[in-house]
Amino acid sequence: MSQFAINLLFVGGSFLLYIGIAIWAKAGSTKDFYVAGGGVHPVTNGMAIGADWMSAASFISMAGLIAAGGYANSTFLMGWTGGYVLLAMLLAPYLRKFGKFTVPEFIGDRFYSKQARLVAVLCLIVASVTYVIGQMAGAGVAFSRFLEVESTTGLMIAAVVVFIYAVLGGMKGITYTQVAQYCVLIVAYTIPAVFISLQLTGNPIPPLGLFSTHIESGLPLLERLDQVITELGFRDYTADVDNKLNMVLFTLSLMIGTAGLPHVIIRFFTVPKVTDARWSAGWALVFIALLYLTAPAVASMARLNLMTTIYPEGPAAEPIEYDNRPEWIATWEQTGLITYEDKNSDGRIQLYNDSEAFAPEAESRGWAGNELVVNNDILVLANPEIANLPGWVIGLIAAGGLAAALSTAAGLLLAISSAVSHDLIKGSINPKITEKGELKAARISMAVAIVVATYLGANPPGFAAQVVALAFGIAAASLFPALMMGIFSKRVNNKGAVAGMLAGLSATLVYIFIYLGWFFIPETNNLANTPDNWLLGISPLSFGAVGAVINFAVAFAVSYATEEPPVEIQELVESVRYPRGAGSAQDH
Amino acid sequence: MSGHSYDAENYWKANLRLIFGSLVIWALASYGFAILLRPLLSGIAIGGTDLGFWFAQQGSILTFIALIFFYAWRMNKIDEKFGVHEE
Repeated sequence: MSQFAINLLFVGGSFLLYIGIAIWAKAGSTKDFYVAGGGVHPVTNGMAIGADWMSAASFISMAGLIAAGGYANSTFLMGWTGGYVLLAMLLAPYLRKFGKFTVPEFIGDRFYSKQARLVAVLCLIVASVTYVIGQMAGAGVAFSRFLEVESTTGLMIAAVVVFIYAVLGGMKGITYTQVAQYCVLIVAYTIPAVFISLQLTGNPIPPLGLFSTHIESGLPLLERLDQVITELGFRDYTADVDNKLNMVLFTLSLMIGTAGLPHVIIRFFTVPKVTDARWSAGWALVFIALLYLTAPAVASMARLNLMTTIYPEGPAAEPIEYDNRPEWIATWEQTGLITYEDKNSDGRIQLYNDSEAFAPEAESRGWAGNELVVNNDILVLANPEIANLPGWVIGLIAAGGLAAALSTAAGLLLAISSAVSHDLIKGSINPKITEKGELKAARISMAVAIVVATYLGANPPGFAAQVVALAFGIAAASLFPALMMGIFSKRVNNKGAVAGMLAGLSATLVYIFIYLGWFFIPETNNLANTPDNWLLGISPLSFGAVGAVINFAVAFAVSYATEEPPVEIQELVESVRYPRGAGSAQDH
Repeated sequence: MSGHSYDAENYWKANLRLIFGSLVIWALASYGFAILLRPLLSGIAIGGTDLGFWFAQQGSILTFIALIFFYAWRMNKIDEKFGVHEE
């Protein structure tokens, strides 16, 4: 069977499974559509959160980022997991007790303000739309690489599949497809990692392999990696970073951004009880950790594998000849994600760090510049080929990458459509809408959201690449503080909350725009985006945490300068703090 | 549930204490051992690198999991002790 046929079998099989689940889990009410009926088991929900959370970025890009940055990029590992501690202790159980359908609804009710609800809707939509474009584009790339169709055609196929199960089943359909998608993606991610760990260290468990001995050299794996890459002028993989303030703030921004992302929070509304919300945060992190503990192992092993492929005799000897390159390099060259240019015309592949410090060494070896550019994103996708694994593993990776992208896209689309149908239409425009009418409105908003996301995925606007800055920055600076103050303070009132959210949001956006361009339009930035220009060395991507502090400060200052919230609001805050009396999520 | 009663207040205080303690450990495992205190731990070797690197790539995540399960378990006990658990 050809590789194409195998890929088609795996991807097609997984899609049929998702559609089958959609038909089985059709939503009959708004409660089904928004919170899957409210009866999801905490372990099931944990698994669904895992798939909801782990996007194309986690599955495809994260290991590549760590491979390129080494220790410095551990921020992604800590930042994208540490937020679950905050969710479990500061948000999820109380929002579950509140028992409504959306995040803006809590903000609107708690701060007795339509304005606050609308600001929350706006933040939710900007953050989620930015996020969903990346997922759709990622699905398109996976299709074009593995199924040999145009990226746009691939995108359309992905959109149709999401359309079927998300429009039909709403949260109910999404929950059970996410469980299936989690299983597909974790198996796909783990199998190649186990083989590579076995090949390099003899240990079948990748996280243990990471700290084991590299068989070939007899040295610890990380020491061998440090040795090989420093000999080629790269920075030590395990080297410490100088700018610790920025590292701390970046990690913190990712953590509180994670905790404030609506598509993750609404998954906690689907469990029957408050205690289940606490447990499902734990289970979610267990399922997420299975991938997040494997990713750093994949990162260092793949980096070492790449180096030994190019320098089979070690970095001091000559690299391989281009004509003798392994087949996977040739395959990925066709996609443009690996490029080669024979700068010194010796027919060999020189891969090294083109830095000033390394220039004398490079010159003495007759090298005229780095000749091989490998895109970070191919690391996980090319892993099975690099390790010479059989064709079915490649098919599995294709299905896994698509599962990661589609499961996150569906969760985001639900967050967007429920904000439109529940917060905008029922909450503002037409409060008298019937249950049946709202369900119809929810389905139509979902369909429109899918069409918009597909269009933007095929024609990504400038802001699409700024997921970390925009989605996490907004969630960290506006939504997370508002939700937390709504639960932990009885004193913060409507004026304080709105002022806080707007202050945190605008400070963060302005800081991002100054360095990355106003509304991300190229060339409109006021300062070059380099560490020397950053305020106190804080990168625009790390500013969400500062925005959150501004939000808290402004909200408290304004609240204490104005009147106390009404008694019934203070009673509402009391009631979300005590688990007793939590029915399943209710409509008004 | 009894609104502003003494017990309700103590229940909330117990929760805040537990959260505070948990978040201290949360911060220590990530911002502490993995970032700011890494130079101090550089003497402790582990698999070709140091303990701070291990915390950054594995230890912090394992700590987070343990913390959430510990919190959920303790809170269930506290819910019952103060009689605010769900029926």
